[in-house]
Amino acid sequence: MDIGPIWRALLRNKSSFLLIALQIAATMALMVNAIAIIQERSRLMARPSGIDEENIFYIDSSSFDKDLEYQAMVAEDLDLIRAFPGIVNAMLTNSFPLRDGGWSQALQTEPGEGIDGTGTAIYFADEHGIETFGVDLIAGRNFATTEIVWADPEGAPDWPESAIVTRAMAAEMYPDITPEQAVGKVAYIEQDQPVTIIGIVDRMQAPWKSWAGVERSMLVPMKRGQSFARYVIRAKPGYRDEVMPQLERLLAERDTGRIIDSPGTITEARRMAYLEDSAMIKLLVFIVSLLTAITSLGIVGLASFSVAKRTKQIGTRRALGATRPSILRHFQLENFLISSIGVVSGAILAVALNMWMVQTFDLTPIAWYIIPVSMLVLWMVGQLAVYGPARRASLVSPAIATRSV
Amino acid sequence: MFRYYLKLGLLSIRRNPILSTLMVAAIATGIGACMTIVNIDYVMSGNPIPHRSDVLYHVQVDSWDPHEAAEEPDLPPVQVTYRDGTALLAAKKARRQVLSYRSSRVIQPEEAGQLPFEVSSRSTSADFFSMFDIPFLFGSGWDVDSDESLEYVVVINKEINERLFAGVNSVGRSIVMNGDHYRITGVLDMWDPTPKFYDVNNQSFGDAEEAYFPFSVSIANELSSDGNTNCWKPVDEGGFDAFLYSECIWMQFWVELHGADEKQDYMDFLNAYVETQKALGRFPRPMNNRLSNVMEWMDSQDVVADDVQVLLGLAVLFLVVCLLNTIGLLLAKIMRRSGDIALRRALGASRRAVFSQYIVEAGIIGFGGGVLGIAMTWLGLQGIKGLYGDFDFVTKLVTMDWLMIFAAIGLALISALGAAVYPTWRACGIQPASQLNTL
Repeated sequence: MDIGPIWRALLRNKSSFLLIALQIAATMALMVNAIAIIQERSRLMARPSGIDEENIFYIDSSSFDKDLEYQAMVAEDLDLIRAFPGIVNAMLTNSFPLRDGGWSQALQTEPGEGIDGTGTAIYFADEHGIETFGVDLIAGRNFATTEIVWADPEGAPDWPESAIVTRAMAAEMYPDITPEQAVGKVAYIEQDQPVTIIGIVDRMQAPWKSWAGVERSMLVPMKRGQSFARYVIRAKPGYRDEVMPQLERLLAERDTGRIIDSPGTITEARRMAYLEDSAMIKLLVFIVSLLTAITSLGIVGLASFSVAKRTKQIGTRRALGATRPSILRHFQLENFLISSIGVVSGAILAVALNMWMVQTFDLTPIAWYIIPVSMLVLWMVGQLAVYGPARRASLVSPAIATRSV
Repeated sequence: MFRYYLKLGLLSIRRNPILSTLMVAAIATGIGACMTIVNIDYVMSGNPIPHRSDVLYHVQVDSWDPHEAAEEPDLPPVQVTYRDGTALLAAKKARRQVLSYRSSRVIQPEEAGQLPFEVSSRSTSADFFSMFDIPFLFGSGWDVDSDESLEYVVVINKEINERLFAGVNSVGRSIVMNGDHYRITGVLDMWDPTPKFYDVNNQSFGDAEEAYFPFSVSIANELSSDGNTNCWKPVDEGGFDAFLYSECIWMQFWVELHGADEKQDYMDFLNAYVETQKALGRFPRPMNNRLSNVMEWMDSQDVVADDVQVLLGLAVLFLVVCLLNTIGLLLAKIMRRSGDIALRRALGASRRAVFSQYIVEAGIIGFGGGVLGIAMTWLGLQGIKGLYGDFDFVTKLVTMDWLMIFAAIGLALISALGAAVYPTWRACGIQPASQLNTL
């Protein structure tokens, strides 16, 4: 069909069609940016923490008994927990991935003041650490029982001489060698205390999911504390929910000079850590759907009007031999032209909005393909929305031309 | 005339029920989406202590690492060390000063059968209550002497008082916390500043603490902070004393100053203090001290979440689309009635009269959209509460006050009238003769 007459008909009613085009443009700008944010958040949420998330839980114990023998309490608690049916392993530590709170420190490759270090999360662990967290030791060895030390519970600890780091940490510190070759290297903590890297784990996230160095963490063979104890416990698959309350009761009844906080799972910690992101995704999906619905209702409304207004002309065309499909095509093509103006200006608007958001909120720029995909979606929405009114137009009887409105 | 136009407007709306509903719904949805986010932004950026926010100053001194600023770009650390905090407190150079930190304790009820429980608490100097103007239900805070003489005194909040003493006046009674007896000097009334301005390091929108006691007592009991602790320099060996003497920051320091002169004097005092510390070999960075009043401090600490601002931008765009929708529909509706308008004009109606008639009609639609928009905002806030409900503080953000309700109606009216201007102006432009022949 010839675009010429359709275009000229459009120009006779510029403002209405411009409004629709603008609406489509703004919808597209919002849609593209919302999708970019959704993609970014989904990507963050999909990152594995590296530990056996489904089967791990933790129990916190806060003692208020002034005569507490802390080290003895921890040893007895852990013996009890490890001997409990359905438990793989357990240990005393300070934090775990996704907890959003923990200890961080810098490691430097040379000793001395004023040298740039690489920040890493610190997890206190013992020889059970690898198995309790369920992480993969890809090079080197695990801690030996004799390496584990009790650190001064106040002030800064005297750091142990060995450590296990993640692959990402090794790669960041020693970019020129493979992580496997980093085993045996000596790094320095607190500027000049030497620490030998004895092992590399494949992956274990730091507790802060928004930290740029989230993949960098380190296990140190150390136990520390004086009244507060956090036990991380790994259950056999399928046993977690059953043993969790049993252990809570067991620990609470064993020693009444303390409060056992209700235990939590890593699954729950993950949900809480990413609650903002999952809520943001749901909100954006809702906003985009609602907006698309409003825009398509607007298209329906305006197309109905323009059909009603042109009833006589449509009748005349029909009387002059235009077929029903050609009337249908007229309105579909008209909508296509308007949508095209809308999506093209929408693409420009979307990029501008994205540039502003990247600058103001440190968002990641949009992936290029979101733009053509959104264009395609909005073209289709437009065609669907206009189909009803266009069909009604095609049903206008030729005889209408003979009547005066 | 207005009543006549009102009648005409209602008639016209009734003639096109589907279209009119669509317009009202579009405005209401736009207002609802926009106001939901505006409301949250409004609560988050609200002034937690309006009558005193100009005289309360958060103090920062730059005691940080010579090689790296505490915060980019070149800002001093957000908290103070124990050494600096206690030195500034003892100097008493401001009208009032408060040094405090967050900690937690276990209350051991003396009645048999009640289990011990943990409370969030704040270890603070005496001026906390008067400086932040905290309401008391019974009794009062403690005086500065109690700070210095290490008195075991405590102020508890209303809920703890309910729980332990069934809500009766408990001043003078004692409670056991972590094995020590503390005498109650006061019970707080409801107090929940939003945001929790005096300590935004730990959950800006969290609840105020449940119990308060002299920080000197907590230090004597070696009770460390529950909140953020940051160190740039290794802590020497020697337990808690070494930690207190370290360059770690973990306490918040606020002062009360009235007027620019007092502020300048205090700034001079801070600079002089830093000079004495430099002489001792501390404070390796250039002089960089800050005094920020409450709202300046909230701004610099970005208490409004980025997500809210992104959503605010998108919500405004959303409203724009809804308005474009309304403009388009109104235009179509008015242009369809070109005949009526031309007839009225031909019969002697002025442009002004035509304009009034259609602007009134748009106003009705705008008002309808506004009222429905408030309901939508309420729904939106409930939705937000559902989505973020696991954050306890979210209930504080989803409350709507009268100002926001009026803002919603106002925004709806302005939007609808704004949307009506162009179509109505087009209506006024219709020539009396142009349409008559087609009738």
